[in-house]
Amino acid sequence: MPHPAERRLIFQHIDEPGYTVDLGCYLRHGGYEALRKAVQRKPEEIVDEVKKSGLRGRGGAGFPCGVKWSLLDRKSGKPIYLIVNADESEPGTFKDRYIIHQDPHQLIEGIMITCWANQVRQAYIYIRGEFPKGARLLEQAIAEARAQRFVGPDVLGTGYGCEIYVHRGAGAYICGEETGLIESLEGKRAYPRIKPPYFPAVLGLYQCPTIVNNVETLCHVRHIAAMGGEAFAKIGTPNNTGTRILCVSGHVQRPGYFELECGKVTLGQLLHDICGGPRPGRTFKAVIPGGSSAKILRCGERFKFKRRDGVSVDWGVEDIPMDFDSLAAVGSMGGSGGVIVMDDSTDMVAALANINAFYAHESCGQCTPCREGSLWMKKITARMVAGGARPQDGELLKSVADQIAGRTICPFGEACAWPTQSFVLKFGDDFKNYSARPAQPAAAVPLI
Amino acid sequence: MIAPPKPDLITVNIDGREIAVPKGTNMIEAARLLGIEVPHFCYHPKLTVAGNCRMCLVEMGMPALDPATKQPLVDPTTGRPKINWIPKPTIACFTNAAPGLHIRTATPLVRDCREGVMEFLLINHPLDCPICDQAGECKLQEQATGYGRGYSRFVERKNVKPKRTVLGPRVMLDDERCILCSRCIRFCQEVAKDDVLGFVDRGSYSTLTCYPGRQLENNYSLNTVDICPVGALTSTDFRFKMRVWFLKTTPSICTESSVGANTEVWSREGVIHRITPRRNDEVNDTWMADSGRLLYKLVAAADRLTEAKVAGAAVPVDEALAKAAESLKTGGVAVVGSGRSSVEEQFLTRQLAATLKAPAWLVSRVGQGDGLLISADRNPNVRGALVTGLIQALPAAQLTDLAALIEAGKITTVLSVGEDLAAAGLTAAQLGKVAVIYLGTHADATSAAARIVIPTLTVFEKNGTFINQQFRLQKFAAAVPGPQGVADDLATLARLLRAAGGPALAGDVDGLWVTLAAEVKQFAAISYASLPATGLLLDATEFAGLPFAEREALHFKPVAANP
Repeated sequence: MPHPAERRLIFQHIDEPGYTVDLGCYLRHGGYEALRKAVQRKPEEIVDEVKKSGLRGRGGAGFPCGVKWSLLDRKSGKPIYLIVNADESEPGTFKDRYIIHQDPHQLIEGIMITCWANQVRQAYIYIRGEFPKGARLLEQAIAEARAQRFVGPDVLGTGYGCEIYVHRGAGAYICGEETGLIESLEGKRAYPRIKPPYFPAVLGLYQCPTIVNNVETLCHVRHIAAMGGEAFAKIGTPNNTGTRILCVSGHVQRPGYFELECGKVTLGQLLHDICGGPRPGRTFKAVIPGGSSAKILRCGERFKFKRRDGVSVDWGVEDIPMDFDSLAAVGSMGGSGGVIVMDDSTDMVAALANINAFYAHESCGQCTPCREGSLWMKKITARMVAGGARPQDGELLKSVADQIAGRTICPFGEACAWPTQSFVLKFGDDFKNYSARPAQPAAAVPLI
Repeated sequence: MIAPPKPDLITVNIDGREIAVPKGTNMIEAARLLGIEVPHFCYHPKLTVAGNCRMCLVEMGMPALDPATKQPLVDPTTGRPKINWIPKPTIACFTNAAPGLHIRTATPLVRDCREGVMEFLLINHPLDCPICDQAGECKLQEQATGYGRGYSRFVERKNVKPKRTVLGPRVMLDDERCILCSRCIRFCQEVAKDDVLGFVDRGSYSTLTCYPGRQLENNYSLNTVDICPVGALTSTDFRFKMRVWFLKTTPSICTESSVGANTEVWSREGVIHRITPRRNDEVNDTWMADSGRLLYKLVAAADRLTEAKVAGAAVPVDEALAKAAESLKTGGVAVVGSGRSSVEEQFLTRQLAATLKAPAWLVSRVGQGDGLLISADRNPNVRGALVTGLIQALPAAQLTDLAALIEAGKITTVLSVGEDLAAAGLTAAQLGKVAVIYLGTHADATSAAARIVIPTLTVFEKNGTFINQQFRLQKFAAAVPGPQGVADDLATLARLLRAAGGPALAGDVDGLWVTLAAEVKQFAAISYASLPATGLLLDATEFAGLPFAEREALHFKPVAANP
């Protein structure tokens, strides 16, 4: 059952008893009505609605969706492609998979509305290799939708045609980076491209203008088309409109996914009221608010600053509203919505060792700082955990991370450097005194 | 007052100095023009930009514009345009000149970036320098002196990768040394058009490899060794043979075909150890074929001719020359010159033929061109014979006319300057009917049949010029001395000419060019010494109608429609 504080748009039918993935069930719940309405309107009007809605991308960067669409090079004469980024691979994030597994037609309707709005004739769903069932469900749903002319050469009798193809990845985090994804979709190694000049809106898939949007973002488009951009903009808070699915994992009583109005709930309300607070006898130590690459927040730290709207704030970690701007203002990010909670039982060095192992494993290896730096950081933290910690290791870790961030081809550099930078900055003593820490029981969870 | 830039030039500012560069120039090249080095590993001027090494990170800025008027803002303290500097560093290799673009290459941030990249490249790099072939010409070693830490902060275990992978018949890979710059991969894709290399695995474990079932065996594979910035790719021929700092380089020209690829000959104490391409943006860029690199082995070949012989008996060169002159003066002489001889030798050969009133031939060698740096005409200097007037028409592969004249008894003496007459179609019987005077480098059927043999030098042992398919006059210089007792070819020919009753001409390349400049109209005002290292294009209108064998290739378009 959804928590009463939730406002469910996209997750309306998730976990609903009797709700099935077939087209019949979707149609009984008002499915494809938004598409029917949308194709009666001019494509530019749909783009305007999305602009008015203030929708920001849910993949990680929070870039305004309507602006992204308006950057498309429409004068090139080349076809425009839509790529659905279903490579949900940021650790701590598990929202897109529920949409795909339980309500695939919602995504397909969002895709078709987006395609109509941008006059796209071919869309690709790039789904991570670890979601074989999701890929199968999407194929099935596309076939059903095609049979009913929601997809295909003549959408709803309008003469407008658009096909959707499902492409499975082979299991690499970097394929979630939009230009790496495009390379992979073209059949190459997923080496991200250099921006500029390879902005997907101009030189994307096959060097054609391309939109890359996250699954959740496209589902929002369906709701914006249904309710109108202005109505959508009233949900949430200004500049952080709509709802957002937050995935809470870690040391809380009731982890899970929660669709909440952007900025209407603070981190404290999320952790205590919605997720039931810490486990018995424990207190919260730290929170990563937007997927493992977001900078960690230390419970107890305070943030005093003047917001953009001129309001002075003095926040503890639990006072931070869960929206893009507030999390950016405290030096972290909303990212992909993966909230990872750690209580006072957490060994921060071991936690960072786990994150570092992930990023070292996933660095594509194209450019030097990330390729060498991510593995070096992993080796340092692994050595520390294995009993070889030195007092200067924290400083060394930070220095290595500083040599990566801002100097790489793609944002992976930041993704792998930010955890180390923030862990060492905020838990410096844990790193400095690691070799002198009290004897620990053998680690229950093996590192990657 | 600064003169306004030419319309196709863009003015950029590097470290406070302005320079006008052509549109499309990247910032590494623009800085080079100002004498500022932007260190780099993956960037190569003749390949596409990969931007992966991150060594060329610089600070970049653009003039700030007034939001209202869109006019550049001026900094009141300096009176100069106000620059909006981008906080993140940018790679210079992928930053092309734009009007007003500013870059800074000498700031603390840039230095920190370079030091960071160097440290990252070195942590997993093996300490192979003492046994590494690249030492002394290694980009990593060079940059480490400027941007290395001097000590290592890395106390972990280095990655272990394969140390000797055979990529192909001529190239060996040491994966631990590889810095994953992808130059070799891009070369194979873009220049050799033989896409066989790629990376497997991820992150720091990435490994260069050949596609399964394939080999790096194209005729340009050794260029990957040249452009490898480190010692990852080594030549199986050169590997472990010689320290590069002991070697002396001499500019030369590849004799494999009429392309005339510019080369560098690397030698020590009279022994050649390798040949590499020399950059010439109008001819071969920075490339050359593998086959041309092995030609130096002819110098020390077992069948090398090293002594003069008359009727099979070894004699001093002077005696052989005297006998040859005697023989030539008896009349009934034919001269066979060579498209492999230098312009100077061809000129002297022509003088000799004219003095003796002897007909002269050349032998053609036509094969398949590869569209890149081996052309259909395998003689390096047929055009030299045309320009010097040794021949008037393109040569044939067989000396059919000469054979007929011999059969008819009209020719009694044949002087061959470097051509194997048997290979050019003269039968043993025909060779037996005439007195053959052979000037050659290696033993063959002609040297065996010749009455007089005078040994000559290979291209690596003498000075001279060739004229390539573009009618570009290019010079080469002696890299090593010839075998003991073998005189310089020009001296030999000049003496023979004088002894045969011809004019007294200089027997050295500089002296002879005084005559060449005076007598050959295309050579007017040229001297050997002043000829640029990248050559000079000659006026070829006179020969435009000839049916040359070469087809379109790198930096070459045939003038007339070829048959």
